[in-house]
Amino acid sequence: MTTILTPELSAHWDEPDSFRLAAYERDGGYRALRKALAMSPDQVISALKESALRGRGGAGFPTGVKWGFIPQGDGKPHYLVVNADESEPGACKDMPTLLNNPQALVEGIIIACYGFRAREAFIYVRGEVLHVIRRLHLAVAEARAAGYIGENILGSDLCVNVVVHAGAGAYICGEETALLDSLEGFRGQPRLKPPFPAVAGLYGSPTVVNNVESIASVPYIIGHGPAEFASYGTEKSKGFGLFSLSGHVTTPGQYEAPLGTTLRQLLELAGGIRAGHRLKFWTPGGSSTPLFTDEHLDVPLDYESVAAAGSMLGTRSVQMFDETTCVVRVVLRWVQFYEHESCGKCTPCREGSFWVRQLLQRLEAGRGSEADLDKLLDICDNITGRAFCALGDSIQAPVASSIKYFRDEYIEHQRLGGCPFDPAASTLFALETA
Amino acid sequence: MALSEETRARLAPQAAEIIGRYPKARSALLPLLHLVQSQEGYVSQDGIEFCAEQLGLTEADVTGVVSFYTMYKRKPVGEYHVGVCTNSLCAVMGGDAIFADLQEHLGIGNDETTADGKVSIEHVECNAACDYAPVVMVNWEFFDNMTPAKARDLVDDLRSGVAVSPTRGAPRLVTWKQTGQILAGFPDGQAADGNTAGEATLAGLRVARQQGWTPDDGPRAAEGTQ
Repeated sequence: MTTILTPELSAHWDEPDSFRLAAYERDGGYRALRKALAMSPDQVISALKESALRGRGGAGFPTGVKWGFIPQGDGKPHYLVVNADESEPGACKDMPTLLNNPQALVEGIIIACYGFRAREAFIYVRGEVLHVIRRLHLAVAEARAAGYIGENILGSDLCVNVVVHAGAGAYICGEETALLDSLEGFRGQPRLKPPFPAVAGLYGSPTVVNNVESIASVPYIIGHGPAEFASYGTEKSKGFGLFSLSGHVTTPGQYEAPLGTTLRQLLELAGGIRAGHRLKFWTPGGSSTPLFTDEHLDVPLDYESVAAAGSMLGTRSVQMFDETTCVVRVVLRWVQFYEHESCGKCTPCREGSFWVRQLLQRLEAGRGSEADLDKLLDICDNITGRAFCALGDSIQAPVASSIKYFRDEYIEHQRLGGCPFDPAASTLFALETA
Repeated sequence: MALSEETRARLAPQAAEIIGRYPKARSALLPLLHLVQSQEGYVSQDGIEFCAEQLGLTEADVTGVVSFYTMYKRKPVGEYHVGVCTNSLCAVMGGDAIFADLQEHLGIGNDETTADGKVSIEHVECNAACDYAPVVMVNWEFFDNMTPAKARDLVDDLRSGVAVSPTRGAPRLVTWKQTGQILAGFPDGQAADGNTAGEATLAGLRVARQQGWTPDDGPRAAEGTQ
């Protein structure tokens, strides 16, 4: 059998002390930092470009290119802000990474700061994960005590400070400019771009905002060399990453694999869909990515192939739903989420999410009409592309794709005057409530 | 409730430490709000005034920030605040049933607290633990793979003072107020405790070990995956 999984970030998670600095060093940690310090900062940026690592937070922008946008010799402070606000419905890869291997992130931070010449890094972690926050503080404290954080790191001129900053409950703060506003002590509302953070980010200074997994991949790339990282994956989607399988799958969890792996391959390793059931629909990368069905099991999960099949790779958050699940219910709940999390700054998103939710509620209750489906699509069209950030666009993803694949199911609600599904049949404890 | 002079005096050095972490003082506002919430269990008008004073902001400025973020409460919650994820995936897997069951069992609705002040419940959005669905959070610690029966037992234990530990988190569950200190950046020394690598976290690694695909097991070619 050919190699399908490539545990690197997750390679030591089954060691009880995997989150400690001593364990990380025992497994080869901080060798990459020493190697980076023997390179010039520009060489570090070049290595990232060569690795072709694309941002693991969903958008897939090349990380090295982002670093290269930071103007050098501008006399301004530069900042690295790590986006640890993981809140996309379905996304659950960064929290286990931070719980079990936070030092990979810390080492990545130091290397990144050396590369684009930042002296200050902030880890913006969502607030609703108390133990993750404890682990981050411990990781930073251990790294500081060992001389990896602070002044003259490992005897070099490099000085980096790292601050752990807990958010306070707002999905929108995962959007990079909203995150910056929040980190500056304001309501987390997206900024108009341009200027992009690389020009005017935190406190108006050049700033890189990177996802946890992107930065945690940096030690591997520097340590093993960019060519080895780029030897995994597909032509335009290099490397490996965590695929998070959830829902009606026999063995849900984190599966680290090269980009381009298919869900059929992953499902085979995860024991398939739960016994006696079949896959109905799934998200390749979280609720903001258009739904796929069982026709898409062989789509290589890389940026290009998923886009060509009509969705987005996003955060590789594979949420699977079997045939017991009502797609209208699932989509309505996501839209309620977007309505709740819309920051209110842009009218199309604030008002549009409100109307889409009402229409979906009517449809779910069996009081809608087929004309409502066209109205839904029309409203979505009027939201997408008309707001500062992508939250509004995200509403269209589940709505339009579910109508595309399951139009009949919407109409069936109308015909029956209610939902044809039994919600108890979808639960994991169907027997208990039966 | 009000922040007494003693409390303010006690918080002042912590506030100064928080402000000192940032190049610009206003960045300290979110952690300062977590800090004042650790005293009263919610952000009171006194708490807002305290934060405004520390940062030279108006109370209106601070109030505008407080109202944006769901973790800041404007009225007291229980000693143990129970959040049931009812976003799509958890809802389908059982979160809706758990939340409905808990409301009936406790006789309280969403965002309400039991009369003894022990437990409050709220439906929460995705908490980044979908591979452990359905998920319940207590004081922002993970209680994974819940069922209605397990959730009932959990809140009963919380109300009767029986010690409970999260599935992945610190073995000693802190109170709602104590979470504020940790969120403000003053951890409680439990970071190294507790198992955090649950079944789902290790699922892929275990398969890889069985198949000999882990880095220690020799060369790892990626052939056949493209």
